[in-house]
Amino acid sequence: MLHTVNKSPFESASLKVCLGLAKPGSDILLIEDGIYGALAGTIHTAMLAEATSAISVYALGPDLKARGLPEDRLIPGIKVVGYDGFVELACANDKVQSWL
Amino acid sequence: MSETKKFMYINRRPPYGTVYPLEGLEVVLIGAAFEQDVCMAFISDGVFQLKQGQDTIESGMKNFSPTYRALGDYEVTRIYVERESLEERGLTEADLMPLTWEDEDDDWAEKPSIQIVSRTQLSDLLEEQDVVFNF
Repeated sequence: MLHTVNKSPFESASLKVCLGLAKPGSDILLIEDGIYGALAGTIHTAMLAEATSAISVYALGPDLKARGLPEDRLIPGIKVVGYDGFVELACANDKVQSWL
Repeated sequence: MSETKKFMYINRRPPYGTVYPLEGLEVVLIGAAFEQDVCMAFISDGVFQLKQGQDTIESGMKNFSPTYRALGDYEVTRIYVERESLEERGLTEADLMPLTWEDEDDDWAEKPSIQIVSRTQLSDLLEEQDVVFNF
């Protein structure tokens, strides 16, 4: 299943709830304000960094760029994708769960 | 209006995800016409509004970050950024876009508008305001 998270982990528990319910082998795509969850060196970094061993985590590149966050500021192992990658992830998974 | 009041605009939200940051910025610029004692505070995810290097071309949204540079011309010369909020987000002052104002009492010298303050200092600043707006 593909999980999308569009809320900042500093403002919402969406990412935490998603990580608690996502099965190993799932894909998680961080979009909009959700991309702040991909940042290294924050008080929420450990939560997602631990998950990257069992879950593939992606962040939407255009939303990172809009917010002035280059790839070298992200947690290692997080893959940056464009809108085409978003579509591919949605097609590759049987379901999409949006943690709004 | 004869009496000058102390106004603080508190910004707590990240840019682009909601319309609050842009609307708040517009209210500050409009409010500047009323010649009050105005300052802005950026706390929590609001500090992301000042992140430098914002580029919205691919996402197709309006990049309103250059507008913050106009604040100095509107005599908004005190922009407080909470240090703890930066640290919690892995940011430093170097991540913020430089904002300046020109001091007419000092031969129009260009001075930095952004002041990094502690949560305790911000608490004191908040207490001394007459009017506080939240965005």
